[in-house]
Amino acid sequence: MNLKMVGTSGFFIVTSTIQPVIFATIAFYMFRAGGQPGTLLYAALGAGMMGVWSTTLFASGGMIQWQRWQGTLELSVGSPPPMALVYFPFSLANACIGTYALAATLVWGRVFFGVPLRLAHPWLFALALPATVISLGLMGLVLASSFILYRYANAMSNLLEYPVWVASGLIFSTSILPGWTRPISWCLPPYWGVLAIRHAALGGEVWRPVGMVAALGVACLVVSTATFRIFETRARARATLSLT
Amino acid sequence: MKRWLSTFAVGGVIAYRGLFNWIRPAMYIPTMLGSPLFQLIFFTKLGQYAQAETRSFYVVGNSVQVCAMASVYGMTMAVANERWFGTLGPLLASPASRSAVFLGRGVPVMANGIFVSAFTFGAGALFLGFRPPLHSVPALAAIVLVTVVSCTCFGLLLGSIGLRAKDFFFVANLAYFLMLLFCGVNIPLSVLPGWMSAISRCLPLTHGIMAARRVAAGGSLASVSGLVWTEIGVAAAYAAGAYLLFRVLERESRRSAMLDTY
Repeated sequence: MNLKMVGTSGFFIVTSTIQPVIFATIAFYMFRAGGQPGTLLYAALGAGMMGVWSTTLFASGGMIQWQRWQGTLELSVGSPPPMALVYFPFSLANACIGTYALAATLVWGRVFFGVPLRLAHPWLFALALPATVISLGLMGLVLASSFILYRYANAMSNLLEYPVWVASGLIFSTSILPGWTRPISWCLPPYWGVLAIRHAALGGEVWRPVGMVAALGVACLVVSTATFRIFETRARARATLSLT
Repeated sequence: MKRWLSTFAVGGVIAYRGLFNWIRPAMYIPTMLGSPLFQLIFFTKLGQYAQAETRSFYVVGNSVQVCAMASVYGMTMAVANERWFGTLGPLLASPASRSAVFLGRGVPVMANGIFVSAFTFGAGALFLGFRPPLHSVPALAAIVLVTVVSCTCFGLLLGSIGLRAKDFFFVANLAYFLMLLFCGVNIPLSVLPGWMSAISRCLPLTHGIMAARRVAAGGSLASVSGLVWTEIGVAAAYAAGAYLLFRVLERESRRSAMLDTY
């Protein structure tokens, strides 16, 4: 149901297909201006991953906020299954819609910029992509749980889009960032996800980043199960569950 | 005239307070200050990685462009939210001058755009070492003002489309991101294909950003007067287009009884 709702929303069509293509084009021209045409596949993969993150982020914030507006949040909270279980499929659907972004930027790069789509390890790419998408979905679940407490969830979504792009090094290496940001990057599933996808496509070690993506995904699931329980109880106690 | 001014000033402020979705600090700070700050850092770092342009190229481009966030979204909300909140009918039934109603809405939006731009320039100075010559700051401020006006006129045009469009945020989002691509914010126009740079010359921001870059590099306001006048011309064209479109869509909405329908 969430897949259908998000997939037909004009906002998410922009976020998951048009916006990544625009960012991919900007990155292509910036790399071209810098005389680095060999990095075009790198840019296409990065812009696609930016779209996966944006879709996950806005849809995770949105799923709580929309339920508030529609008056169905209390019904979801009141249903017998744990909230993390109720919202996990929602979050996974959001991340799956995000893969449109990756497909869009790769096709765009191939058609308009002649970016070669030869993958160094196609089978590992096929493993790294779903692992990353699931892990981002689980990270979206952690965010969604905190949005139960926060009345302006969409403002947090607006704020968190660029910082995660930067800290995860989705389109440039984190080596150009200050040293103190490194531990933040290591804790983010998109950082390891883009490494796994990039190495699978361009060459490099894939198993370690895939392992880290999987481990961080499990960590996000554990954290979100706990935070959903804590934040739900707190929101019910304060009677702020349905405040918009 | 007094009534026109009252509608322009009081109506503009009240409409801004009522219709601008992001006015509360909890929304305003993350959206209007946090997001531009990280946009600036993102593109400056991407430019550094791509080894394309100097750091000040990205600081000036993005600091001027972020005014579009206030102008495009603010103006779209100021017009299209009337329909969303169900107040468009009473507004259009009133005898108030349409020019006073809608130009008045532009003033708080412009003030906000200037503030967001100034904040981003400040962040560029603080975090990215942007140091324009001190004598160029007033000229830079004047160029930002002109660019904000032209972006606001463009936002008014998009807001008019929101009188009929089902999902006006779709149009505003698309316009905002396309401006990032087309207006030479992060890519020199010389790198873009001919058709793209031709489109960019018809959009707000493009000439303002070019003028701001030259002034930030030490040029005088007089040396970029051609670019500034072109930006003013672009603003006038969009203002006229927005007014015309608004009147046409208003008449059509009344005729077909589509004013409040989705």
